[in-house]
Amino acid sequence: MDSATPATVRVRFFASYAELVGRSEAAVSLSLPATVGDVVRRVREDFPGARALPERPLAAVNLKQAKLDARVQDGDEVALLPPIAGGR
Amino acid sequence: MTTYLTRTPISLDTLLTEVADPGCGGTCAFLGTVRNGPDDQGVTAIEYSAYEEMVEAEFGRLLADARGRWPEARVAVRHRLGTIPVGEASIAIAAAAPHRAQAFEACRYVIEEVKRRVPVWKKELRVDGSEIWVDPSGRPTVRPSDRPSHV
Repeated sequence: MDSATPATVRVRFFASYAELVGRSEAAVSLSLPATVGDVVRRVREDFPGARALPERPLAAVNLKQAKLDARVQDGDEVALLPPIAGGR
Repeated sequence: MTTYLTRTPISLDTLLTEVADPGCGGTCAFLGTVRNGPDDQGVTAIEYSAYEEMVEAEFGRLLADARGRWPEARVAVRHRLGTIPVGEASIAIAAAAPHRAQAFEACRYVIEEVKRRVPVWKKELRVDGSEIWVDPSGRPTVRPSDRPSHV
């Protein structure tokens, strides 16, 4: 088995999520391979306000919507997005 | 660099100029305006915020998709951010095409995709002083009392 590779991703929070977490961004360290879902779990553990975030939020990696099982790489920007404000 | 975002009132004339072309016989314009209807509980303005870098990227992808579907259409779009009073536009789209059907279709496509894909969020500012995040179905996502006190 490969040894774990350390990586750091920049996590950004927007709108109501930024208010819940009390910050607009954070650096999260984790071992690769890792997914967007792993980043979400880590954020929900590390920041008290982040426990109020959904377990499966809408997310983007490097400015593009991504599923929670998408892999992340060192240096990626992972954004957690509240429901996009549609309207009818 | 093209920017699809602005913090000042949107000029529809500018968008119409951007899409104007002698080969286009139909131009469709859409304005999305801040509303205070009977069910809106005294909205005075909406504060729009965004993941701005992603909005720019997503608009680029979305307009490329529109060009793929209607190669002869010319589409321009602006989204306004910041506090927008009732009655003013938060988004404007102009679509010109050789014939009206493509202009209507391209314009409709762009607004529907914006609402689905572009990371912009709305906070309603109400006449009673309350401020409420709005989710896509119009329900509040965070009530003021749920917010951390330091915000």
